Amino acid sequence: MAGRIVVNLGELERAIMDVIWDSATPLAAADLRESLNASASQGKELAITTVMTVLSRLEAKGFVVRDRGARPHLYRAAMSREDHVAELMHEVLGSASDRDAVLARFVGQVSARDAERLRRLLEA
Amino acid sequence: MFAVAAVLAALALALAWPVPVVLAKARWPRRMPGSALVLWQAIALAGGLSMIGSLLVFGLTPFAGDLPHAAEAFASDVLTGRLPADANFFQMFALAGTVLLGGHLLLNLVRTAWRAERQRRHHAALLRLLSDPVPERPGTRVIDHATPVAYCLPGAPRAVTVLSAGLLDLLSEDELAAVVAHERAHVSQHHHVLLVAFSAWRSALPWFPIATRAHEAVGLLVELLADDQARRTVSERNLSRAVARVALAAAADGDRPAGGAVPPAGAPAGVQPRSGEWADARLARLTGEATPVAPAFRLTVLACASALVVVPTLMLLGPAVR
Repeated sequence: MAGRIVVNLGELERAIMDVIWDSATPLAAADLRESLNASASQGKELAITTVMTVLSRLEAKGFVVRDRGARPHLYRAAMSREDHVAELMHEVLGSASDRDAVLARFVGQVSARDAERLRRLLEA
Repeated sequence: MFAVAAVLAALALALAWPVPVVLAKARWPRRMPGSALVLWQAIALAGGLSMIGSLLVFGLTPFAGDLPHAAEAFASDVLTGRLPADANFFQMFALAGTVLLGGHLLLNLVRTAWRAERQRRHHAALLRLLSDPVPERPGTRVIDHATPVAYCLPGAPRAVTVLSAGLLDLLSEDELAAVVAHERAHVSQHHHVLLVAFSAWRSALPWFPIATRAHEAVGLLVELLADDQARRTVSERNLSRAVARVALAAAADGDRPAGGAVPPAGAPAGVQPRSGEWADARLARLTGEATPVAPAFRLTVLACASALVVVPTLMLLGPAVR
């Protein structure tokens, strides 16, 4: 496995999203491929078709938006990385009713009265 | 048949209202979360069974003297398209109600489970893009967010425990291990399945204490059970310190944007005190303030739970019961 850029599709999706999120402008598939191949100094080069396939998957999942008016097509992130993190955290920290899929977070909020008790416990 | 329907209706009413209200207020379930969880499941199951059963038995009264024969007679009457002479409007209304209620409960279960699965997939897809695996802790990922938070996303191919960067800053290595053990326990004991089932129950019957109280109570009980499982491998001290630290950080965080303790209008009553109470209940258990229960009491609770399920089933199926 040494020298290979990616192990699976999931990691490739992630690598592509990282490049798109870090880029100030929309990118073409060829730009993406170039920058991915440049960051992996050795090993097998990514084929352009692989990059296009992963981009379609990301578009279908709603993570990237494709500008079909441009030649070649340009890709940009649907939301910033920070916005996605905020969305995830909202699902976890939000009200219980919309959190069926995620198991309750480790601890919820406490009242001021309980907080005093907790402080004493930590000092013990 | 009519007596059976009346007894089942009374049972359904008791299980829908006073029983869950009293049980949700009681303190003893926190001292025996495993048995209490069994009891809540029995109440939900027996509640649904007696609700549907009483309507069904009442509706089928004109067809035969006991449920199995009445169902048979009803099926053949439906096929021939005629009703017994003494069948009245109320009984046909009850039969329609049986079908509607049964369908409603089943559809809600399917819908809630499907929605949870869709949400889980979406969450997992986002996590793959936004979080990093922790090499020294398999099955664990870190997300770059300042709020100290830990949670578990169950499911295929394997569950993942998510820790925030804020949590890594807040806790010591041993306390983190305790948090991970607690979250793992949720998954290994399949708590998500229970929570989805009770959540479906709540969305099907939002106006009944049986459903809302049960969901809340079960939420706390699975936390206590996960603590019990975790402290087999990690020290109680580290686990309780982790709970206290995270709760205090959440309290400090919660004070900031709210600016006051007044919950917004329309917010579900008791959400904040409840989760605070959860931390408190967990700590009482971890620091040994909660005394263990007598085995006889535990046995009584388990006996009640099995009676709740067995008795209505026998009333429905046993031809001897008239």
